Amino acid sequence: MVIQKKSKIFTNLLKLAPIIILFVSVLNEFDLNYIKYFSFNFPFILIFYWSLKKSDSLGYGYIFVAGLINDVVIGFPIGSTSVNYLLICGFASYLRNITLRPNMIQDWFFFLFTILVVNSMSYMMLNLFFSTNVDYTNLFYNTFFTFLFYLVFANLFKIYQKLVFKEAND
Amino acid sequence: MQPSRDDFVIAIRSAFLKKGTKQRFSLIALLFFSITLIVLGKYNFVGINYLKAIINEVVYRSSYIVSIPEKYAVLSYNTVRDHFMLYEDYNIVKKKLKKIESQKYNIDFLIAENNKLKKTLEDVSYSSDEQHAKVLIDKESPFLRSIIINKGTKHNITKGMTILNDNYLVGKVVEVNFSTARVLLLSDLNSKTPVTIEPGSIQAILSGTGKNNGTIQYAKENLPINVGSIVFTSGAGGLFKEGIPIGKIAEINNKKVIDFFSDFSQLGFVKVVLYSKEKN
Repeated sequence: MVIQKKSKIFTNLLKLAPIIILFVSVLNEFDLNYIKYFSFNFPFILIFYWSLKKSDSLGYGYIFVAGLINDVVIGFPIGSTSVNYLLICGFASYLRNITLRPNMIQDWFFFLFTILVVNSMSYMMLNLFFSTNVDYTNLFYNTFFTFLFYLVFANLFKIYQKLVFKEAND
Repeated sequence: MQPSRDDFVIAIRSAFLKKGTKQRFSLIALLFFSITLIVLGKYNFVGINYLKAIINEVVYRSSYIVSIPEKYAVLSYNTVRDHFMLYEDYNIVKKKLKKIESQKYNIDFLIAENNKLKKTLEDVSYSSDEQHAKVLIDKESPFLRSIIINKGTKHNITKGMTILNDNYLVGKVVEVNFSTARVLLLSDLNSKTPVTIEPGSIQAILSGTGKNNGTIQYAKENLPINVGSIVFTSGAGGLFKEGIPIGKIAEINNKKVIDFFSDFSQLGFVKVVLYSKEKN
């Protein structure tokens, strides 16, 4: 009985992993920017993938709070990252609604379109509304590497989804 | 064409307006709420400042705890690398020490002479009130360069205070919470510092580049700025005390840049200093 209960808690924890990883990544600002110009936005990948493939695994409320935390950690105006994250959810949700036969490459290019729109909006807002200078080159490289890394993480998440949620969602 | 436009509208409406299963809030409601926060934040609405202060206190501490494993991994890597570089470093330091020893006597004499002259001229001198602070978060964002320290209003930290690392200028306090504060580093794109470049006493503005160095702005073009010249704060505008060393001029891709004396990615503890002028 005790073993069964423990195993249930463990399974629930595994199912909550996308939210936990999201919060850890925004608190720790997981972007591996130790090499010049190299950085990528891991929360963008995580939110897009899980909103697209398993929307009930990430609550919009949690995503909103994660955005607020990210704003505080990197010093952006409060609410700006939340808008970015929620827009990504919206784009992913739209893609899910119009897709009949899911395809990884199609998702990948739609993700590129999404992050280009979201980063452009964020850049414009910071520059025009808050007069904050943001390095355009860094933003460009960040977008590029986020796009590249989507495939890697999407495949890892797919394996995880198969193992934990016992479903194959292509 | 009509049906495809309808499909688009339905998909958009479903994505943004409909509350999904197991979702407590609709996307559009949260989007509006976020935009409201941004607008209120822009106009410094009091409630937003309180909300921000509360979130800051909780998040900075949590972020410090969450980033411990990564910090430990980076520290271990640096320790191993330093061990491998030990002999090379030893030779460099030995050479530098000899040079510094010979310069020290001259400096002692110059300081004494300077103090004497200042008294004669009735110039102002500075007294400093300093405290040490631990760096809680030093993640270098690709967009903004700042650190969080564990001292806030309860330790009498105020906006604009000078931050030093081994007597080298690092930045200034731009946001103060109850027990934490945010420091804008000199390398941030939004950081502008009045400086003097020696030799030549060239007045200029140091601007951050968003990378690990700074650039010189608003200096007269025909003035000779040589590689190896030292950059100090000029004290203009009353932002910083004059004469705090910042870095030296280096050349990268035929462009003169300021190589900071402090490595902003290795800050563990910093000095928070409040300089106040006192008349001689």
